[in-house]
Amino acid sequence: MTRSPWLIVKWVAIGTTLALLLWIAGKYAAAGQLPFVIGVGFVAMCVLLVYGTSRSVPMKYLFPGLFFLLALQVWPIIFTVMTSLTNYGDGHMGAKEDSVKYLVAQSVTEVPDAPRYTMSVAVTSGGDVTTSDLVLLLTDPTQGTTFVGDADGLSPISDGVVKSETGKITAAAGYQILGAREVNARSADLNAIAVPTDDGGGIKTSGLSEAFVGKASIRYDAAADRLIDTATGIRYQPQNAQWVPEGGQGQALTTGWMENVGFRNYTDALTNDTLRTGFLKILIWNLIFPLISVASTFLLGMAFALLFNDDRIKFKGLWRSLLILPYALPGFVTALVWRQMFNQDPNFGLINKTLGWSVDWLGDPTAAKVALLITNLWLGFPYMFLICTGALQSVPGDVKEAAKIDGASGLRTVQSIIMPLVLVAVGPLLVASYAFNFNNFALIFLMTNGGPFEGNQTQVGSTDLLITYAFRLAIGGTTPNFGFAAAISMFIFVIVALISLQGFRRTASLEDVN
Amino acid sequence: MTAPADNGTAVTTHAFDAPPSAKKRDPWSIVRYLALAAALVFALFPIWFIVAAAVNPAGNLNTTQLLPDGFGTGNYAELTSARPFWSWYKNTLIIAGFGSIFAVFIGVCAAYAFSRLRFAGRRPGLMTLLLIQMFPSLLTFVALFRIFTDLGDVIPQFGLNTSIGLILAYLGGAMGGNVWLLKGYFDTVPKELDEAAKVDGASHARIFFSMTLPLITPILVTVGMIQFIGLFNEFLLASVFLKDVEAQTLGVGLNALLTADRNKYFGAFCMGAVLASAPIVLVYLSFQRQLIGGLTAGSVK
Repeated sequence: MTRSPWLIVKWVAIGTTLALLLWIAGKYAAAGQLPFVIGVGFVAMCVLLVYGTSRSVPMKYLFPGLFFLLALQVWPIIFTVMTSLTNYGDGHMGAKEDSVKYLVAQSVTEVPDAPRYTMSVAVTSGGDVTTSDLVLLLTDPTQGTTFVGDADGLSPISDGVVKSETGKITAAAGYQILGAREVNARSADLNAIAVPTDDGGGIKTSGLSEAFVGKASIRYDAAADRLIDTATGIRYQPQNAQWVPEGGQGQALTTGWMENVGFRNYTDALTNDTLRTGFLKILIWNLIFPLISVASTFLLGMAFALLFNDDRIKFKGLWRSLLILPYALPGFVTALVWRQMFNQDPNFGLINKTLGWSVDWLGDPTAAKVALLITNLWLGFPYMFLICTGALQSVPGDVKEAAKIDGASGLRTVQSIIMPLVLVAVGPLLVASYAFNFNNFALIFLMTNGGPFEGNQTQVGSTDLLITYAFRLAIGGTTPNFGFAAAISMFIFVIVALISLQGFRRTASLEDVN
Repeated sequence: MTAPADNGTAVTTHAFDAPPSAKKRDPWSIVRYLALAAALVFALFPIWFIVAAAVNPAGNLNTTQLLPDGFGTGNYAELTSARPFWSWYKNTLIIAGFGSIFAVFIGVCAAYAFSRLRFAGRRPGLMTLLLIQMFPSLLTFVALFRIFTDLGDVIPQFGLNTSIGLILAYLGGAMGGNVWLLKGYFDTVPKELDEAAKVDGASHARIFFSMTLPLITPILVTVGMIQFIGLFNEFLLASVFLKDVEAQTLGVGLNALLTADRNKYFGAFCMGAVLASAPIVLVYLSFQRQLIGGLTAGSVK
């Protein structure tokens, strides 16, 4: 039998996959995330059922694609929709209880004469020293006992603890201790740490190697659901996912919580004056930018295709290869190089120097738009050149000959015979190109990053597309607003889906003509 | 570079049935060549500019020269001394290489099922895939960022700042992205071949791996290269996922280089850009014909 070696291969593959899944499930079990353990177990069952039996042959082919599709495309889409219905963002990250815990711990001030701990800063082993959550390794100076403290509280530690003469912990099992320079680089994170203690106080850092015990000035009254600042006497009540002073006077506390806000993000984009003006301005440019891009690249590409399709030109293949080079260059290189060429200072900007101009290409709203369109023309015309050349070559020779015999001029033939045939062929691709440029994130992000920003406007730039706007809202800025960004994403989805559907419908009708 | 050029010529000439008119002196000839020269200047001057800036000896801040002062490797030294350029290179090749191989494998399996096998939900499934594809996958970056942050907390090997994590994130679109194109090619392989093999007692796996797949190898290569180029150029997810300098790709790393000081590092950036572009340009020039066929069938840059 020739089957048996392959049967072994098959079962080895199944076994390897199951072993990998088991390892992942183990990791989740260790982290105490039961739903994920069940999920991984379910996937393992599916693998065994699909590949171990011959219940469903199609599934054997579809399963890998389906798995990634559901896990990394469908689920993120659902997640985006859900996020768009919340206020998830800066100051609204966690649950309400977390905000109470955090605010209480943050209000800690040093109690006079309380002990100061000797402190080392560490991350969990395997974590990245520049990004992982920091933990404090503390030594009680009077008793020499050692603790580990993080946002959840203080717990004793003794495994593999090595202390220096001053009592500072220099090694501990499961933790990687940061060097002075690494700690310094994260001083902002370090200042934000407050380890809550049982008596309502907390431990905060003081410098890079000491921590003090303090008492919280903010107290939570669970019965009344109020936060009370004992120093000022202000009582804060929960309102709009934030703690605001009773009576509505004064500043709300910085940390609120995440809650569902229904369609508020959507209605805000359309009705809130500030947001709406910005949104509309971006939307209009977002509709124009791909339109001009497609039109200009198509016209230039088509012109070059007609020019280069002439048999009287020698070495056509060579010229053609050279002409598509801009398309072969990685997009990020193109955008960044053109950005440099558009530099206003003629010492650095090739274009101003060559033309003898001093246009502030990327600093003036209109000039920046022109600069982007020129760059996109350079970037995109080879694609149009390629597809138009393909379409031109499929125009039957006898049609052209018939036009010639009928006495049509060269221009007339192009206008009435060739163009309609080419458009039928490339029409759907033009729609696809529009949809692509509608979300041309990399070009805008790398060239202008949405800018220039006019007046005191910091969120809405003159060349922003919806996608770069959503990106800035979500993670580009200092105060991320994921909920609103997700709502913008949904708007983009609807617009692109409408355009694409229209495109597909037109494709179908165009094909009928042919 | 002569081989691809020859290919191009071969394609273009046979498409014409009628030879050009036998006129010896064409009054438009000069105009045509002038237009051609203008087209080439427009297409090539930025590329010339990049190459000139790359080989210009370092220490010269003036970046508007189209003719380099000389030939120097100072930019290369600048590029590779303080930053892990070759790590970026390696990461990019790994991510684009494995990412495109897995994507093509997943796509080709699904396309085979949709083309050859009959099952409940086949047509609705294809339509649903089309609809899901319309949701621009890069809009889900917030969700993907959170998913991979959480995943990385439990399994650091798959999390942010890893090539594996980024490849996994890209694979979400693997099935939907290529299945229509690949299905079209499967449909062109005669069904009778499958049926004959089945009568001879071959299993479905055997038919798929040893008969149908080899028949569509050319299109697999094309789709694979388009994927490779797409992943090589991808910027958004890569910049969100890869914050560690060591883990970054060429796009993210070179962008950070320019952000640090736009004018000072421009020469080094251009050197990096030339090195980064080399594989893609080579792929383009060597496989022009196949790529054009694939590109016009629905993929847009």
